Amino acid sequence: MSALTDFVEPVEEAPEPYEHYLNHKYGLASWLLTKDHKRIAILYLISVSLFFVLGGVMAVIIRLELTTPEGDLVQADIYNRLFTMHGILMIFFFLIPAIPGVLGNFLIPLMIGAKDLAFPKINLLSWYIYVVGGLFTFYALLAGGVDTGWTFYAPLSTSYTNTPVITVALGIFITGFSSILTGLNFVVTIHRMRAPGLTWFRLPLFVWAHYATSLIQILGTPVIAITILLLAAERIAHVGIFDPKLGGDPVLFQHFFWFYSHPAVYIMILPAMGVVSELVAAFARKPVFGYHFVAFSSIAIAVLGFLVWAHHMFVAGISVYAAAVFSILSMLVAIPSAVKVFNWTTTLYKGSISWETPMLYALGFIGLFTIGGLTGVMLATLGIDLHVHDTYFIIAHFHYIMVGGAIMGYMGGLHYWWPKITGKLYPRFWSKVGALTIFIGFNVTFFPQFILGYLGMPRRYHAYPNEFQVLNVMSSAGATVLGLGYLIPAIYFIWSMRYGKDASANPWGAIGLEWETNSPPPVENFDEIPTVTWGAYEYHESKVTPSLPPPRPKGEVVRV
Amino acid sequence: MMQPSQGFLPNAPLFPPRASEMARDIDLLFFTVLGVTIFFSSLIAILIFYFMVRYRRTSPNQVGVYMKEGGGTMWLESAWIIVPLVIALGIFAWGARIYFAAARPPSDAKQFYVVGKQWMWKIEHPGGRREINELHVPRGQAIKLKMTSEDVVHSFFVPAMRVKADVVPGRYTTMWFNPDTVGTFHLFCTQYCGTEHSRMVGRVIVMEPADYERWIGGAATGTGGSIASGEDLFVSKQCNTCHRADSTARAPMLWGLMGKTVHLEGGQTATADENYIRESIVNPTAKIVAGYQPIMPTYLGQLSEEEIIQLIRYVSSLKAPSATEQAPGVNPPVPSPAHEGAR
Repeated sequence: MSALTDFVEPVEEAPEPYEHYLNHKYGLASWLLTKDHKRIAILYLISVSLFFVLGGVMAVIIRLELTTPEGDLVQADIYNRLFTMHGILMIFFFLIPAIPGVLGNFLIPLMIGAKDLAFPKINLLSWYIYVVGGLFTFYALLAGGVDTGWTFYAPLSTSYTNTPVITVALGIFITGFSSILTGLNFVVTIHRMRAPGLTWFRLPLFVWAHYATSLIQILGTPVIAITILLLAAERIAHVGIFDPKLGGDPVLFQHFFWFYSHPAVYIMILPAMGVVSELVAAFARKPVFGYHFVAFSSIAIAVLGFLVWAHHMFVAGISVYAAAVFSILSMLVAIPSAVKVFNWTTTLYKGSISWETPMLYALGFIGLFTIGGLTGVMLATLGIDLHVHDTYFIIAHFHYIMVGGAIMGYMGGLHYWWPKITGKLYPRFWSKVGALTIFIGFNVTFFPQFILGYLGMPRRYHAYPNEFQVLNVMSSAGATVLGLGYLIPAIYFIWSMRYGKDASANPWGAIGLEWETNSPPPVENFDEIPTVTWGAYEYHESKVTPSLPPPRPKGEVVRV
Repeated sequence: MMQPSQGFLPNAPLFPPRASEMARDIDLLFFTVLGVTIFFSSLIAILIFYFMVRYRRTSPNQVGVYMKEGGGTMWLESAWIIVPLVIALGIFAWGARIYFAAARPPSDAKQFYVVGKQWMWKIEHPGGRREINELHVPRGQAIKLKMTSEDVVHSFFVPAMRVKADVVPGRYTTMWFNPDTVGTFHLFCTQYCGTEHSRMVGRVIVMEPADYERWIGGAATGTGGSIASGEDLFVSKQCNTCHRADSTARAPMLWGLMGKTVHLEGGQTATADENYIRESIVNPTAKIVAGYQPIMPTYLGQLSEEEIIQLIRYVSSLKAPSATEQAPGVNPPVPSPAHEGAR
C-alpha cells in the first residue's frame, strides 16, 4: 500500500449515503452516552467554547473599566471578582482542556491509526468530571464569584476573603481529575495503540507534544489537588499551614501553588506547539526541520518546566541563592522553545508555502510566541524582575504566550482540522479576514501593556494614576478589535456546519493518517487499520495531488 | 505629582522617572535584553515574511524541497542551541549581579520600618517619626526598609527606584534604595491584597538632606519615638521580670544581643536579627538558647506588628554593658535617638 492517498476524482453520479460518526446515530442520549473519542471531542468543543465566551465577557468588562483611571464602571470588589474569575475560567476551564480535549481527543487516535483511545469510557468520564467541576465554578460565579486572584495566595484566600473560595477551589480540584485521566488515556494510547509500523519517530509532532503534555498533567495536577486540600483545611478547620497567625507560612503556599501552576503553563502551550508543527509541515509541504530536536524539545520543556516554579517568587523574600538557581533553570527552559522556533522557521526554507488560513495562524503563533518567550527571558532575569514583577509587563508577557500562543495554535488547529471534524469547508476569504483581525487586535491590546508595565502600573489595579490612561485606552480599543475578531470565526464556523461546501478526505493535500480516512471520519475511524511504512511529513516521496474543488466523500476509505 | 516627560503626548509618558543609581543599572540591563529580544523577534519575522513570499506555492501540486537530516543540519541545530544558551547565561549573570546588590544594603543605610496592612502603608523613620502612605527620605542616603505585614502579603514597589519586595506577614523582608534625585514618586502595592488593593498607594518624597532634617524636625529630638514605647512595652508586658541583666535571670540577657551569634539547645546557632527576635516573641519555643528552659509564653496575637517593631527597636538599642559601667538594671538608660539613628 502506498504511503499516500490519491484523491478521488470528482464523481458525477449521486453519492451513496455515507455513514460517519456524526450521522450514524441521533438524539441527545447518543451524544451524552457516547464513547466515541470524536464525539467526546465535540462535547469538549462546545463546553470549552462556552467557558471561553464567559471568560471573554469578563475580559471585556475589565478592559471597559480600565478605559478611565477612576474605578467608575464597576466597584472594586466586583472588579476583583471579574479578573479572578476571568483567570480561573480561562486557565482551568478553557486553556488547559481546549487543545487536548478537542483536538487531542479527536486526532490522536486518527493520527496513530487507532479506532479510539485506550479507555473510551474513562474518556467520557473525563468530560463529565470536567463538566461537574465547571458547574461548581459556575455556581460560585452565580453566588458572587471569588476575589482572591486566580493564584489564591494565602493568607488572603484562607483567612481574609468572604467570598466562596472553597466552592471554586473544589471546582478546580474536581476538574483536575479530568485533566489527569485525559493525560493517562493519551499516554496509554500513544504507547499501546499505534498502528503497525508507526514507530516513535514516525509519529506526528502533535502526538509527541501531547505525550509531553500528558506527563505534566499526570505528575503535576495532583500537587494542585493537595494544595487545594491544604487551603481548605486552613480555611475551614483553621489548621495553621499558611497563615502566620495560625503558625503557618504564606510563602509555602506560593511554592505549592507554582509547583503545579508553572508546569500548567506548559500544559497550555505544548499542545499548541504540536499544532503548529503540523501546520508548518502541511502548508510548506515538507518535513519539519530537525524533527528529532522538535520532538525532544517537547519532552525537555515538560521536564525542565517542573524545575522553574520559584521564578514567580523572586521578590517574595526567598533566599538569593535559591533565586539564582531558579533564574538559571528558567533560562534553560527557554532553549528548547527557541529550538522549536528556529526549526519551524527553517522548515519554511524552500518550502511550498500556501497562505491558507491555518498557516496564517501558525505563522502568527511563531511571531507572537517569540515575543512572549523572549519577554519571559526578561522576567527570568533577576535584575529586571525586581522592577517588572507583578506589573502589566507580566500581564502582557503571559497573554502573548496564552492568547498569542495557545489560542492562536488552537484557532489554527480548528481551521486546519475543521473540514475533517465536520466534513464542511468554511469561507476562505472571511477566515483570512478573521485571522488578520485577531492578529491586529491582539497586538494592539497587549503590546501597550508591556510599556505600562515598565512604567510601573501594577497588575490587578481597579483604578490607576492618570498618566497611564492613554496606553490603557489603546489596549481597550485593541480588545474591541480582538473581540470582533473572535466573532468572525464563531459565525462562519457555525454557518459552515449547515451551509458550507462538503470537504474532501484531504482538502489541504496534507500527509497524515487522519487525512487518509474520510471527512468526517467513519465511526471506527478506519475501515482497516493502516500499516505505516513512512515517516511523518514525507512529502518529497509523495504524489500529493490535491484536487480542488474538493470531491464529495464516497462511502469508503479512499486509498491508492 | 510626577514630572511628565516631554513627548508628543505630554501626559502619557513612555518611560518611568528614575531616581537612583540602581534604576540606571536596571534600565541598562533591560534595554540590552530588549535589544536581544528585538534582534531575535525581527530575525524570525523577517525570515518568515521572506520565506512566505519567496517560496510561495505556485502550483497546487507543488511540494517543498526535501532537506535531508544529517551532519549538515547538526551544526545548525548545535548553533541555535549553544548561541542562545550563551546569551541567556550572560543575561542571567548580569541580572544576578544586580539582584544580589539589591539584596545587600550598604552598612551605612538608614533603617526605616514599614508595616503593610489592608490597605495602607505605615512607616516609621529611624528617629521614631511615623507617617502613613508617604515616605520622606533624604537624597543621597541609602534607605533600608525592614518590612512586615499585619495581615496578608503586600508588596512595596517604587517604580522610580526599579525595586520592589513582598511584605510578608510573620517575617521581615528587606529592601533598600539610594535616591539621587529630588522629587515625588509613586509608591504602589503590587501584591494583590484584597478589595482596595489599588488604593494601597502612596508617595515617596525625596528631599535635600537639609530639607529632610527640617521636615523631620522636632520628632527627631523628642521622646525617642518607638524606642521609648518599646521600653514601656518591655515593662508593661513584664518582659523585664525574666530578661534581666543579672546572672540569676531565668531568660537570656538582651543587652548587646542584636547582631550577635546565639548558641541554641542542640548545638545549632542563629544570628540575632529582626526575624530572630520576632520569632522569639511570637513563637518562643522555636529556638531555645542553650542553657535556658523553654518557659516563655507566646505573645502571638497579643502584640501588634508595630508593637513588635517597637520592642525590637528597644532591644536593638540595648548596648552590651562595659566593664566600667555597672550592670544595667530593669531600666537601662535609653540611648538618644540621634545616636540610634547613626547605628
